[in-house]
Amino acid sequence: MTDTTTTADRTSTLAGETAATATVPDAGGTPWEDLVVSALLGTDRRTPPAGILAAGKDAPVALLDAAALLTVRRRAGLLPARAAERPEPAPRDTRPPLPEPARQRLVQLLADRAAPAGAGGRRGTAPDLTELLPQWLATAGAYGYRAPASVLPALLDAARARTDLRPGALTFAGPRGLWLARLNPEWKFALRGAPGGSALPDVHDKEAVGALWQEGLFVERVTLLAAVRAAGPEAALELLASTWQTERAEDRLMFLDSLRTGLSGADEAFLEQALSDRSRNVRSTAAELLSALPRSALAGRMAARAVTCVSLDRTGDGSAIAVEAPHECDTDMQRDGVVATPPAGRGERSWWLGQLVEAAPLGVWPERLGGRAPEEIVTLPVRDGWQDELHAAWCRAAVRQRDAHWSRVLLGPPSASPAAGPGTSSFAERAKLLATLEGGERAEWVAAFIAAHGLSEAFQLLGVCAVPWADPLGRAVVDALDIARDAGSYPWSFSGVMGLAERCLNPSEAGRLELLTATPDETEAASPGAGGYWSEAFQRLVSTLRLRATMQAELAPPAPARRGVTPPSAGGRSC
Amino acid sequence: MDKAGVRWTTEQVLALAPDDSSRKAGNKLSTAGPWSEAGSSAAGAVWGLCKGSGSKPYRTVVDTTGPAYKCSCPSRKFPCKHALGLLLLRAADEAAVGEAEAPDWAREWLDTREKRSGGEGGGGGTAAPAADPEAARRRAERRAGRITAGAVELEQRLADLLRGGLASAEQAGYGLWEETAARMVDAQAPGLASRVRELGAIPGSGPGWPARLLEESSLLHLLNAGWLGLDGVPEPLATTVRTRVGLPSPSSGAPVRDHWLVLAQYDTSDGKVVTRRVWLRGRDSGRWALVLSFGAAGRSPQLSLPVGALLDAAVTPHGGGGQLRADWGEQFGAPGAVGGPPPGGSTSDALAAYGSALRDDPWLESWPVTLTDVIPVPGPGGGWQVADANGESALPLAPAALARPGLWKLAALSGGGPVTIFGECGHRGFHPLAGWSPEATGTVVLT
Repeated sequence: MTDTTTTADRTSTLAGETAATATVPDAGGTPWEDLVVSALLGTDRRTPPAGILAAGKDAPVALLDAAALLTVRRRAGLLPARAAERPEPAPRDTRPPLPEPARQRLVQLLADRAAPAGAGGRRGTAPDLTELLPQWLATAGAYGYRAPASVLPALLDAARARTDLRPGALTFAGPRGLWLARLNPEWKFALRGAPGGSALPDVHDKEAVGALWQEGLFVERVTLLAAVRAAGPEAALELLASTWQTERAEDRLMFLDSLRTGLSGADEAFLEQALSDRSRNVRSTAAELLSALPRSALAGRMAARAVTCVSLDRTGDGSAIAVEAPHECDTDMQRDGVVATPPAGRGERSWWLGQLVEAAPLGVWPERLGGRAPEEIVTLPVRDGWQDELHAAWCRAAVRQRDAHWSRVLLGPPSASPAAGPGTSSFAERAKLLATLEGGERAEWVAAFIAAHGLSEAFQLLGVCAVPWADPLGRAVVDALDIARDAGSYPWSFSGVMGLAERCLNPSEAGRLELLTATPDETEAASPGAGGYWSEAFQRLVSTLRLRATMQAELAPPAPARRGVTPPSAGGRSC
Repeated sequence: MDKAGVRWTTEQVLALAPDDSSRKAGNKLSTAGPWSEAGSSAAGAVWGLCKGSGSKPYRTVVDTTGPAYKCSCPSRKFPCKHALGLLLLRAADEAAVGEAEAPDWAREWLDTREKRSGGEGGGGGTAAPAADPEAARRRAERRAGRITAGAVELEQRLADLLRGGLASAEQAGYGLWEETAARMVDAQAPGLASRVRELGAIPGSGPGWPARLLEESSLLHLLNAGWLGLDGVPEPLATTVRTRVGLPSPSSGAPVRDHWLVLAQYDTSDGKVVTRRVWLRGRDSGRWALVLSFGAAGRSPQLSLPVGALLDAAVTPHGGGGQLRADWGEQFGAPGAVGGPPPGGSTSDALAAYGSALRDDPWLESWPVTLTDVIPVPGPGGGWQVADANGESALPLAPAALARPGLWKLAALSGGGPVTIFGECGHRGFHPLAGWSPEATGTVVLT
């Protein structure tokens, strides 16, 4: 036994261990390798090296003795391996660190991430932490905090599993998150779609900008383009033009799409050029962007085409609209982005008409239709069944041109039945129209809609309202839930709205809601047990609101540092 | 440390959770919603009533100085989700669990705990009445005889193996070893049995297995030889041999009171028994201690200590050379906040420490070390190493560490810069368990 503790021969390294033992070389290697060969073949077939055969011992025992000695000696004498090349350190993240309570909350939110969503309809009274993660990230992002290093892996895992979390999570993860994602193939997604984070050169440093534009990853280039564009649209277009011909079609499309932010007349010339691009998708995106600029030449051309198709009906007293859809889609129209072939099941002419009206500036219609205001125009009858087609195109135009006046008119009064509205009865499209209205008006419209029609159809409309919900909207939702409860239905018929309310109601509503958490007496009309379930649902709503208030408070910077930090404005963000 | 009732952080509480599902369940209960009458005392007690599905709320009490938990729920998890939720609530929202007078139902249990710990302190080992020493001696002799017979038989099998060649072991498969392991269980030598079982797994462990099988066979042979020649082996090596063979090593020696830094806590399972390992380092004495606790048949081990906390407590070390095992003893006051990592050294220092520990226990797989100023570096082929920030030396990470999420936490913590890491250093490489970075607060758990 004492042999094993004698001085060790310090020859083996920890890294070398596998190399030395992985292969069994021909006889004549080190003593250890000799032993392994003998052991592998068996001492009956191969006598161990003479040196180890002590007198009076069987060969196997002698071999084991020698092997034990060498094993312990080698372990005791291990030397470090040679260091591999060290990674480039992560860029410094100069954002302020999270306040400690917020950091702990994040750990908790991420730990809960993989929990199974409540099985069945019943979710208990506890808040669903996973659903609060996007809001937490948005608020932390608005304050501009740096993510704590130790949560980065969990954050990247969360973003990998949920695409909706990615933009917020990756911004928050910052340069170190990107650095880390490069090391793990599972986080490759972060390198594709990361919003910057990595250090950008000064946008006025032409050389550095040019170098990154030439050599950067696609993500870095998109970020760079946005940064340069924010500083001056001309420089950005110049940058874009410098390599435009050599970019791949999908990259051209993405670059073009990034012009959507801050689109202005200055972009027109470039977009006009892109109308003759090799790629059809690039051409149609260019046309779409141009048509969102009511003063652009393309918008003018489309207006000229559209007005020839839509006019006052001369056969009557002039208080109806007559539509004459185009008879052909010529090459000029196609160059301006009109898609010639309709999808299956649609007529060619109505397909072309829709595109022309959608791309024409809405401003041309009052003049064309006898000086009428939009609110009068949408009430005019349309001959020969063209009404749906025409109104739908106007809706799309209002959305594209972000025209609040036309949107409001096309939505009609919130109290009117959706089916009877002037514009569209599709909730998805109504939500888009709503999005063009200013936040307060949007909330009031939806509140009035809920008051008139209840909750069952309001889900999509609620989705475009700013978070937290403005007071009248929040009140309308709570009242509607209360009414639904009194009507005796089960809360899970409203689980979608309930979930939205948990995330979007103003936390200050919690106090008012407390009243609703009591279990009401069961009435005859009510579904069995519904009262208890409602009480549970309201309890969860209240505790979630309380938790959100706590989360907000935890994220607020400590008082002395507050100066200079703009509080996050949640306005305009939808949940 | 004078101030009792220091709050555990969220991570510390989450680290106490026996498993993932109770972590999530605890999370769900971590808001003020389901709790009523929640409060805490300056002495480190926390309590609250938690609304469950039944009509009566569960009564949950935690004594953070134990730590000890009591809950009227029927869960067999330990601590249960209610205790975790309560501690999480307190970690996040101090106001929700404000200082208060303990209600009667909590007071009762806390009082009995206090009395008991007082009694223990005064009376020493009260436990069972002293058994007949002569009968005990005869029992021990009988068992030693059985183990000797087992060791002799095992020696025979190892000799046969070497005579016929390790190559045949690959063909013989796992059954051969399983049978031998069962014989060692019969011989009441669980230490030998588990080593035999590990031998069985080596032929399937990939390239280089013959060398590894020879290494482990020879160390098992060394252990047999140590047991069979125990009379000639000096103490405390003899104690080490006894422990390695599988005889219980009673905690001997005097309890060591110190401020123990809880560096790591992690569980391993062999399918039947969950073994929890808790690494401690004494701030004042500089001693290492490894506290083991076990949970059988789906029960999580009873002992849970918050990683990253500094606990004023007494632990009782076990005997044997190089063995760091100790029993968790009495804790004085609630956990305190930790200043920073324990003092450490370079990668060479770490291997040297492992090397000298082998002198006292040649069967040691690894040794606790703290590496100061090292950088985790991805190597070729998916491996990783930790390299000295100043110098050319590095330790490869142990294969088991590569599969753990802790690796990525470590990489994130470092960001390519130097960090301090605590872990186990052995012949298979380094296994990181906790890390500290100048930019981050507190201990980052890497298990």
